[in-house]
Amino acid sequence: MTLGTNVMKNETILKVEHLSMRFGGLMAIDDFSFDAKRGDITALIGPNGAGKTTVFNCITGFYKPTMGMITLTQRDGDQYLLERLRDFEITKVAKVSRTFQNIRLFSGLTVLENLLVAQHNALMKASGYTVLGLLGLPAYTKASAAAIDKAKYWLDKANLTERADDPAGDLPYGAQRRLEIARAMCTGPELLCLDEPAAGLNPRESAALNTLLHSIRDDGASILLIEHDMSVVMEISDHVVVLEYGQKISDGTPDHVKNDPKVIAAYLGVEDDEVEQIEEQLDEGRI
Amino acid sequence: MEYFVQQLINGLTLGSIYGLIAIGYTMVYGIIGMINFAHGDIFMLGAFAALIVFLILTSFFAGIPVALALLVMLIIAMLMTSLWNWTIERVAYRPLRGSFRLAPLITAIGMSIVLSNFIQVTQGPRNKPIPSLVTDVYHFGNITISLKQIIIIAVTAVLLTIFWYVVNKTPLGRAQRATEQDRKMAALLGVDVDRTISITFIMGAALAAVAGTMYLMYYGVATFNDGFIPGVKAFTAAVLGGIGSLPGAVLGGLLIGLIESLWSAYFTIAYKDVATFALLAFVLIFKPTGILGRPEVEKV
Amino acid sequence: MAQSPATENSGLMAQAVKEALVAAAISFGLFVLYVGIETYQDINNALVWRTRWGLLAIFVVIAAVSRFVVVGFIKPHLDKRKRDKAKAGIPEVSDGKTFFQRNFLKLALVGLLIYPPLSVMLAGTQGSLKYVDNFGIQILIYVMLAWGLNIVVGLAGLLDLGYVAFYAVGAYSYALLSQQFGLSFWVLLPLSGILAAFWGIILGFPVLRLRGDYLAIVTLAFGEIIRLVLINWTDVTRGTFGISGIPKASFFGIWSFDVGADNNFTKAWGLSMSSAYYKIFLFYLILALCMLTAYVTIKLRRMPIGRAWEALREDEIACRSLGINTVTTKLTAFAIGAMIGGFAGAFFATRQGFVSPESFVFLESAVILAIVVLGGMGSLTGIAIAAIVMVGGTEVLREMEFLKHVFGPDFTPELYRMLLFGLAMVVVMVFKPRGFVGSREPTAFLKERKAVSGSFTKEGHG
Repeated sequence: MTLGTNVMKNETILKVEHLSMRFGGLMAIDDFSFDAKRGDITALIGPNGAGKTTVFNCITGFYKPTMGMITLTQRDGDQYLLERLRDFEITKVAKVSRTFQNIRLFSGLTVLENLLVAQHNALMKASGYTVLGLLGLPAYTKASAAAIDKAKYWLDKANLTERADDPAGDLPYGAQRRLEIARAMCTGPELLCLDEPAAGLNPRESAALNTLLHSIRDDGASILLIEHDMSVVMEISDHVVVLEYGQKISDGTPDHVKNDPKVIAAYLGVEDDEVEQIEEQLDEGRI
Repeated sequence: MEYFVQQLINGLTLGSIYGLIAIGYTMVYGIIGMINFAHGDIFMLGAFAALIVFLILTSFFAGIPVALALLVMLIIAMLMTSLWNWTIERVAYRPLRGSFRLAPLITAIGMSIVLSNFIQVTQGPRNKPIPSLVTDVYHFGNITISLKQIIIIAVTAVLLTIFWYVVNKTPLGRAQRATEQDRKMAALLGVDVDRTISITFIMGAALAAVAGTMYLMYYGVATFNDGFIPGVKAFTAAVLGGIGSLPGAVLGGLLIGLIESLWSAYFTIAYKDVATFALLAFVLIFKPTGILGRPEVEKV
Repeated sequence: MAQSPATENSGLMAQAVKEALVAAAISFGLFVLYVGIETYQDINNALVWRTRWGLLAIFVVIAAVSRFVVVGFIKPHLDKRKRDKAKAGIPEVSDGKTFFQRNFLKLALVGLLIYPPLSVMLAGTQGSLKYVDNFGIQILIYVMLAWGLNIVVGLAGLLDLGYVAFYAVGAYSYALLSQQFGLSFWVLLPLSGILAAFWGIILGFPVLRLRGDYLAIVTLAFGEIIRLVLINWTDVTRGTFGISGIPKASFFGIWSFDVGADNNFTKAWGLSMSSAYYKIFLFYLILALCMLTAYVTIKLRRMPIGRAWEALREDEIACRSLGINTVTTKLTAFAIGAMIGGFAGAFFATRQGFVSPESFVFLESAVILAIVVLGGMGSLTGIAIAAIVMVGGTEVLREMEFLKHVFGPDFTPELYRMLLFGLAMVVVMVFKPRGFVGSREPTAFLKERKAVSGSFTKEGHG
């Protein structure tokens, strides 16, 4: 793909403004705003229970946010307000796809079938909403061959070609993670949202994942990811947003975030008064 | 107004019977997440046990006091259904625990077919009428209450109280609730899960036997296929009240009893079951977990 | 194990005896009232009782002996086999399929095609009725219904306990429209299917949000509502009396099977008058309908809609995350399943010439669902086998006249039909919870088509 990545870099693909999500009396997300740039790997980090997955669920339509606006700008300039779309339309129309923290594969379908299901909407159109396909028209045959080619492309990228005809539930954990990402890519997204992709991976699997993510970015898709593992985040992301108790506490490059005392305090779990202490020191320019 | 109160009493009587059966459905569903389709037929077995015991008693002891006869019928029916339900759980449901979700459902439907046909084969397909046990009737103005109705409502109330106590205040009840929440964890903490589940089946069966005995006393007749309609209605009651919830089962039972008698009184009797089922569909569509059920959170 | 085989064996026997005694005690408890006592009405119509201790003893002995055999012989044998298998390591799978296995479907189809002429040859024109009608047509109707329900339950994972409602809609559509408007079978067959599909959507729409058992119970309620309406809406449906005199299907309008008609099939071909020809025609008709159902199912599975159904069964949330509209996906499953039920219903009406609500009770839904699950959800072959075993098996009981010589002239084997059907359901599920064919065939492959083991497939939540 020959995209002017340099021009694209500065363009905002996802703009989250004043996002709030309330569950009963609990304010899980409180007035949270951030931007993700096209072509970047943006990481959303924060301690357990900070509300990262909730943000994700709002973006990908599994929750309707209590307040706020989520704008997605596509490559051709079309804009979508994600909070107004139905969940499946976010993938179908706005071209945002996602993976899940606890992997959700179609475990009884083969690896290849998983990737074909992801191309449902394109194939549906090609089959004339089933009617024409049932008659065996060549248009569908062609589309279905193209779908298999696309699946092969991602199988190769995810290093899963060998296992293409095995049931997805039979794959080892790391391969399942890669398959889930490959499946999300088969929907042809402009923004890929990954919920803790490195969780539970061993170092080798982790490295394979990093390679896959970089090649996805180089292909032109932007990535938004939630991650726990700081080493992964610092290594692969271009931009980091830190969330704690539903609020943003830091936003910037990995280096900037790494040295932000608030982030350090949040991660090291220091006492509240110590945070104040650190903040004082920060104000005094001692750190 | 008097007519309405009369129907209310009739509805409560019927509702008590449904409620007693519904508890068996709701407990089993709560503890192993399975619709025990054969439970309606356990109720029918209870009615038949009571019927046979009644026949034997009256032929040996002609002048036996009604209260004593009822008590003996009740106890033997409870023992019978408990043994049956315990055996069924051991033989047909336990081997399938933790496997494929549809398998126990199909087994239970199969068991239901087996039980009703077993009684059809062994006791014949015809209606089995017995002479009226309790005939006393009381009048309050224009309202008539029969002693039968009073017995049914009173027995139900007493049993529910005992039952509530067992489930909420005893170690057995605690084991049941623990198993319901998390079977594996309960086992790790020393709850004998198999035994707890067996006891749950026995308790449900015993209450179904009470319902069966009351049913026999109220209508004076039993047939091999009596399990199906009351069974479906009791299950409807359990779902309506919120499956897994004990007060919900009773509430659902009473509601269905009331709807049935009030609908029959004010509209056409022909469509009373349609009304019940339509209400069920309506409630589930707008509040899928029933009236007292906990909302199920969709986890992503 | 330090025990010598001899002591181990005697220990086993002691245990077997002990368990046999327990089984005897339990079965005595279970059967003492229901088998030991018989209730019947005397000449005054009063209910009386008598004892049947002999029969009770037989029940108890059977229970004890079978328990003894299971504990003492069958279980150790099975354990030993399991141990041997574990020792041998990976169980060998023979890749070489026999000729029979490879061509199973073709052979089955050829067998079905020559079945009617074969029965005529072997049993005579009149004698073939029993085989073609009672076995052939009866089984094929259930095959078709089960294949239709398979789309909803087996593929899409939506548990439907009221499937018989669509069967009823199809049957009554044909019965009423043919009598009111005199339309022919060939016009009404598609129309019945469309009407049933329409009802599938109407009933499907409100229950889309429901999951699992809730869905099951609401579909059961809908099934009962439709049956109760058929019973009570007497102006139109004639209630429990049912509708009789439903016209027969014609041979594509060319020949009629009505006895009085000028273009009567048997007259036109100079055959002797017999209803057997009509039944043979119906046999091929239902066979064609079954083949159509199978063709559509196989085709659809390889299309995006079919894959979306199976994906829905595996994980609904993941489906939504991939941009699949789960609402329309579920509705199409309901509609197509219902349509097949409707076709079968129209066929049923024309075959019987009579419909009444009696034919559409919950038990029918349960039997159809049982066939789907016993066969193995999603597997057309497995379901067909289950239909043959379960429906054919119970039909065979009707034929067991010789049992009367064994058990005496009062013995009516039909009585035991449903009892055995229920027992078979329980036994098959306990030993094969995934049904006869537990694996699924993938719909696409790169290198080789490998069957997916049943342990990976899910059964759906909705």
